[in-house]
Amino acid sequence: MTSTTTPAPAGAAAAAADAGPSRRRRRLETATPVLMVLPSILAIGVFVYGFIAWTGWVSVSNWTTFVRDLSFNGFGAYTRLFGDFRFLSGLRNVVVFTVLFVGVCLVVGLVLAMIIDRDPFGAPVWRNLFLFPVALSFVVTGVVWQWLLNPRAGVNLLLNRFGWEDLPLWYVSTTIVPGWRWGQIDVVVPVALIAVVIAAAWQMSGFAMAIYLAGLQGIPDELREAARMDGASEIAVYRRVLLPMLRPMTITIIIVLGHISLKTFDLIYVMTGPGTGYVTDVPAVYMYETTFRGNQFARGAAISLLLLGLVALLMVPALWARRRTEEALG
Amino acid sequence: MRRWTRALAVLGAGALTLTACGGGEEDPLGAMEEEAGGAQDEGAAAEDAEAPELDQDDVEIFSWWTGAGEEAGLLALIDMFEQQTDYTVVNSAVAGGAGTDARAVLASRMQAGDPPSSFQIHASRALLDTWVAAGAMEPITFLWDEEGWRDVFPESIVEQVTGDDGEIYSVPVNVHRSNVVFANAAVLEENGVELPTTHEEFVQAAQTLQEAGVTPLALGDNETWTLVHTWEGVLLASAGPELYRDLFAGEADWTSPEVIESFEHLDEMFQYINDDHAARNWQDASQLVADGEAAMTIMGDWAAGYFATDLELQPETDFVWAPTPGTDGMFITVIDTFGLPEGGPNRDGTVEWLRLLGSVEGQDTFNPLKGSIPARTDADISQYNEYGQQTYEEFQSDELLPSLAHNSAAPPNFTDEALQVLEIFMSQRDPQQAADALQQAADDYLRS
Repeated sequence: MTSTTTPAPAGAAAAAADAGPSRRRRRLETATPVLMVLPSILAIGVFVYGFIAWTGWVSVSNWTTFVRDLSFNGFGAYTRLFGDFRFLSGLRNVVVFTVLFVGVCLVVGLVLAMIIDRDPFGAPVWRNLFLFPVALSFVVTGVVWQWLLNPRAGVNLLLNRFGWEDLPLWYVSTTIVPGWRWGQIDVVVPVALIAVVIAAAWQMSGFAMAIYLAGLQGIPDELREAARMDGASEIAVYRRVLLPMLRPMTITIIIVLGHISLKTFDLIYVMTGPGTGYVTDVPAVYMYETTFRGNQFARGAAISLLLLGLVALLMVPALWARRRTEEALG
Repeated sequence: MRRWTRALAVLGAGALTLTACGGGEEDPLGAMEEEAGGAQDEGAAAEDAEAPELDQDDVEIFSWWTGAGEEAGLLALIDMFEQQTDYTVVNSAVAGGAGTDARAVLASRMQAGDPPSSFQIHASRALLDTWVAAGAMEPITFLWDEEGWRDVFPESIVEQVTGDDGEIYSVPVNVHRSNVVFANAAVLEENGVELPTTHEEFVQAAQTLQEAGVTPLALGDNETWTLVHTWEGVLLASAGPELYRDLFAGEADWTSPEVIESFEHLDEMFQYINDDHAARNWQDASQLVADGEAAMTIMGDWAAGYFATDLELQPETDFVWAPTPGTDGMFITVIDTFGLPEGGPNRDGTVEWLRLLGSVEGQDTFNPLKGSIPARTDADISQYNEYGQQTYEEFQSDELLPSLAHNSAAPPNFTDEALQVLEIFMSQRDPQQAADALQQAADDYLRS
């Protein structure tokens, strides 16, 4: 990804050796790639960075009613958010959700990949079976799991049949464990989020499995055999040889699932909504409701930018780590 | 037979439009409408080209009426409209509780310059602070004058659809009452409890019921608006009509003892609710009352429609009702209206649609099915059930007030804050904190 810039000078030297008519060709050669990329640079400039700047402007404006008002108001929208019960709850929820969701996907994905890598009976069937949920929309997942984990239906009926008395409330629980008071809100883990994590992990574990499986199958058999020849136990082969080689896969999964999770909207919106006392609210849902239901565009824009910052906070170190491992691996 | 002729007319119109591209002098679209007999103004017809999926005789009606009674009412209206005129209605209803999703869809369509012919919107602030303020609505004062509606709609309702410029912007179709407590008649009788008329009576009744093993109050706050809905009745009981109005006008103090008291009362009432309230919506909560598992529920009178139409319960024998404790003689209105967006397809047809909505027969067709009462004072109430008849009487004699939960009392930004305040109150139960938060929102968003 990073070390393939050498051919260009060679090509330039060859072109320099020719004189006259080829100068125009040379100019064309240098200009073509720029021309080819230009439209997308322009498009990204306008539609990504341009609109980020626009959102930034809206967030410091007076636009809090339906009618647009772009006069400057200062950073009140931001300072207000950090004293806002709903926003702080949402921030807590999205961080907890991301850690749990990505963690579960990594573990489940790795275990599934290791099992399938050993080529059990019907391996291709299993692989596809685990991968299928990835193809679903989060909306579908949300609706299905909303029914399954409804406290008066679905899984609870089954548990009841098995004699379970104290049935879990799933996503309508308002408990937060361990329930420490931190400023206005309670921390750390709202129990209701666990239901959402189950649904999300059910959908995306297959993705983690696919990435890990590709990684495992890309490791040459010679390495495993060499380790075994050196007397390593089967566990040691995994711990000392295979797992370290899967590090880039882990980082890829964290980046992909992490940013999906931080921006999550559809699953929450469909499955639980913000929840009683905002136990399942996330910034994206808050942004949507406050902007399009409450017409508080300035606040919505501020939430969007903070969310962008949050995703950047995850992406930048992860990309950095990935670059370092790739360099280390050559 | 009618569908046949209509299909032919549409085909013909298409053919005419094609030939018109050659540059004929006459306006074939206008001619078509004239033939159809419903047109008055040819100029607007040219704009039909803006909405490609519509034929020129189509009137696109946008609403969130997809539930049982309300959909039946809307379809009956559409049927009536199509029989009386030569227009066809395209029913663009967007499902979703209390119209949250529909409003978002509407906003994106309006901003994309693709308005429907007419859309459902609650009266007062929801209408005036959004689309009217944005200059997206055409005044329909002319229609009010033509039909003489100013004389037959109550003044306080006309006010709710009149902009600052004195122009009228929509037609009220129905009136719902927000401050009603419904109860299961048998459950009350078994436990020797009467419908409470004050907060103290409510607490007493609730204690009796709880001791008898019945959930006293059913609540479904899966959607937060039900919390604001319950609270607005309690607030009105504590504050009285005058302070209630002043609060929303930004002229009174939200941290006043009356507001604090309303939250204290709400807190007391919420000690008697069902455990699984967070998993239920308002229908599920009403169901608890219908099944006799709970005694009472505070809900708008669409619940009466749900009891009578969907669950086939008899008013007065199966279910009984009263104003929310402490609000006798006061009537919080929830009014659906339809307006005329600028640049919407088929302006002429839309005006005819609005004319039907405001008429006695239109209102008497729609409202018995929807379970609401007509907004006019001269409707034929014999078609309504006992609930409707009594409500209609009280509508004419009671003091009418706008609803916060249903976007009439305050602009959307304040209403959104109130939703948050109530949601937080639900977990914190701190009356002072709630009042302070509302005062902050009032400073920011209510005009004084």
